[in-house]
Amino acid sequence: MKVNGAEITIKLLERQGIEVISGIPGGANLPLYDALSKSSIRHVLARHEQGAGFIAQGIARTTGRAAVCFATSGPGLTNLLTAIADAKQDSIPMVAVTGQVSYGLVGTDAFQEVDTYGLTIPITKHNFLVRSPEELLQVVPEAFRIAEGGRPGPVVVDIPKDVQLGMVELEAWPEPAAAKEKSHVEICMADIEQTATLINEAKKPLLYIGGGIVHSNAYRALREFAGKNSIPVTSTLMGLGCLRGDDPLNLGMVGMHGTRYTNYLLNETDLLLAFGVRFDDRATGKVSGFCRNARIVHIDIDEAEINKIRKADISITGDIGAVLGKMLPLVKRDERKEWITQIESMKAAFPFFMPSGSGRHPIEIIKLIGSLAPEDAIITTDVGQHQMWVAQGYPFKLPRTLLTSGGLGTMGFGLPAAIGAAIANPDKRVICFSGDGSILMNIQELATLADLQLNVTVAVLNNGHLGLVRQQQEMFYDGHYIASEFVTNPDFAMISRGFGITAYDAGRGGNMEEVLRQALSHSGPAFVNIPIPPKENVIPIVPPGAANHDMVGGETYER
Amino acid sequence: MKDKDSVIIELTVQNHAGVMSHITGLFSRRAFNLEGILCGRIGDGTRSRMYLLVNDDDRLEQIVKQLQKLYDVLEVSLKYDYDQSVFDRLSEWIGG
Ligand SMILES: Cc1ncc(C[n+]2csc(CCOP(=O)(O)OP(=O)(O)O)c2C)c(N)n1
Repeated sequence: MKVNGAEITIKLLERQGIEVISGIPGGANLPLYDALSKSSIRHVLARHEQGAGFIAQGIARTTGRAAVCFATSGPGLTNLLTAIADAKQDSIPMVAVTGQVSYGLVGTDAFQEVDTYGLTIPITKHNFLVRSPEELLQVVPEAFRIAEGGRPGPVVVDIPKDVQLGMVELEAWPEPAAAKEKSHVEICMADIEQTATLINEAKKPLLYIGGGIVHSNAYRALREFAGKNSIPVTSTLMGLGCLRGDDPLNLGMVGMHGTRYTNYLLNETDLLLAFGVRFDDRATGKVSGFCRNARIVHIDIDEAEINKIRKADISITGDIGAVLGKMLPLVKRDERKEWITQIESMKAAFPFFMPSGSGRHPIEIIKLIGSLAPEDAIITTDVGQHQMWVAQGYPFKLPRTLLTSGGLGTMGFGLPAAIGAAIANPDKRVICFSGDGSILMNIQELATLADLQLNVTVAVLNNGHLGLVRQQQEMFYDGHYIASEFVTNPDFAMISRGFGITAYDAGRGGNMEEVLRQALSHSGPAFVNIPIPPKENVIPIVPPGAANHDMVGGETYER
Repeated sequence: MKDKDSVIIELTVQNHAGVMSHITGLFSRRAFNLEGILCGRIGDGTRSRMYLLVNDDDRLEQIVKQLQKLYDVLEVSLKYDYDQSVFDRLSEWIGG
């Protein structure tokens, strides 16, 4: 058969099992779109390439499989960069296929030419500039192998227009990349035995878990492991949901906005089990002050994370699910009465600050939404105070139910990620918590949401500020406020209606619970604007550069 | 002539136009220092050999691990027992 490069690409994406591609067409990727028009793959037209990238992320983060987005050359690619960098930071498998000017024009400053290869080196796991249509036969499956294998990440496949149009005579299609192969690294049994012995002998072990548990689909193994030996678990932002929020062993989130008793317990532990984490500064605070009295066991699939920030006493490179499976029979059943009692008294002495009363504190609103939403609802957030309040207050019960921009901290993530999550999970309710700052960064995707009529409820916690910035200025810049309060505030409900989306305003009198109930049960997209006090702070907070135990805020509420 | 404070990293890499950017980009974005590079193709030209002259300090472990992660890097090894004179002659030649 005779096919062109674009047809090869689309066919290989089909064979890879791709069902949906988000993107925006333009001059340099029109041959790809032409081939797509004859394909079974559904295209979702985003309204900005960053939106397309985050839609793909929403699919990838909820399914664990690589998702695909398309952009044209030049401005299409530059618009996509943020979503790619975001996927790199959070280890999300994604394949971005970009159009490029014809190969003969590369390097001539042609119309809509930009150095995609150069721009994406630092923000991808790997990238390809494809030089011939034949190369696509190898590059496309390889892109998926790289994106999904080991520590996942984004891959860019940049295809010049003449390569898309170039004809090839083909006998047969190459095999698609196999579904994520488990790590090939032979896990050293001696290290596992040694770790199990350390655990069995430790007085005060503590699990510090993160996104690695999610990526490895190892939350059941983790629950069993922690339960058997009664090891309390603290999680990074990326690991929330691996333990149920109401599990007695769950100590909640660690770090900058972690729970007070959790951050104190870090000083108590004698054995830190760092599983699927990378000692990010938002989690550890000042590293030299992090778990000062503990031996450290670090297990991660990425060898380069071992000893990068904190030297480990024992390290294992490998898939955490596989390691947990091998280690489980070696740890003894233990109730750890003393350690658990100490933890309980720490919890009682320094409980999580729970605002109570008015019902208007953002955490109360988030908890209320949590009680109204189905157990398996998928939550996305934007970035700011609302993100931290969701992390602190939402009752997560399963992994992959919190999609949040952890590493890059990208405002604008929430809405398109919610669209992607809803595309991949049509039977579930998706809730996007956003702020009045963040929502404007990708508000155009309300049009995409209206196109698709997905079950997404957007809840904007509206404080009239770039709240987290305002908080930092209040606490760390002597209250010198600049550029953190909005001069004007749009009527979000009206804007949403303009996009054809049913909108509610929880501020206009009425019963908040009733309004939220409606917004959450509405079939198809809904938007709810929720006014909150303008100057509420996220507490506790570890000041920049301080150790976790030196967090501030919330003390007065806590005795 | 040997220099105790530095070490040479020997790399075998795929030989295509983008490989050098991947490697030098890694050094700049991770704030690793890089004192010298030598590079030439080997065999049938599908591969190249690179020698990177770097400081022998506590960041070396990270540098090596990060290099190993690069897709186009096929082999990484450390050469402590090396003759640095080629780098010295090179810097003489370029007037350093
Ligand atoms: C794209 C981007 N620009 C700037 C920032 C810096 N930043 C972090 S939080 C924040 C304020 C977010 O405001 P809003 O979305 O209203 O959320 P709130 O903190 O009020 O809940 C800003 C500007 C960022 N994280 N992302």
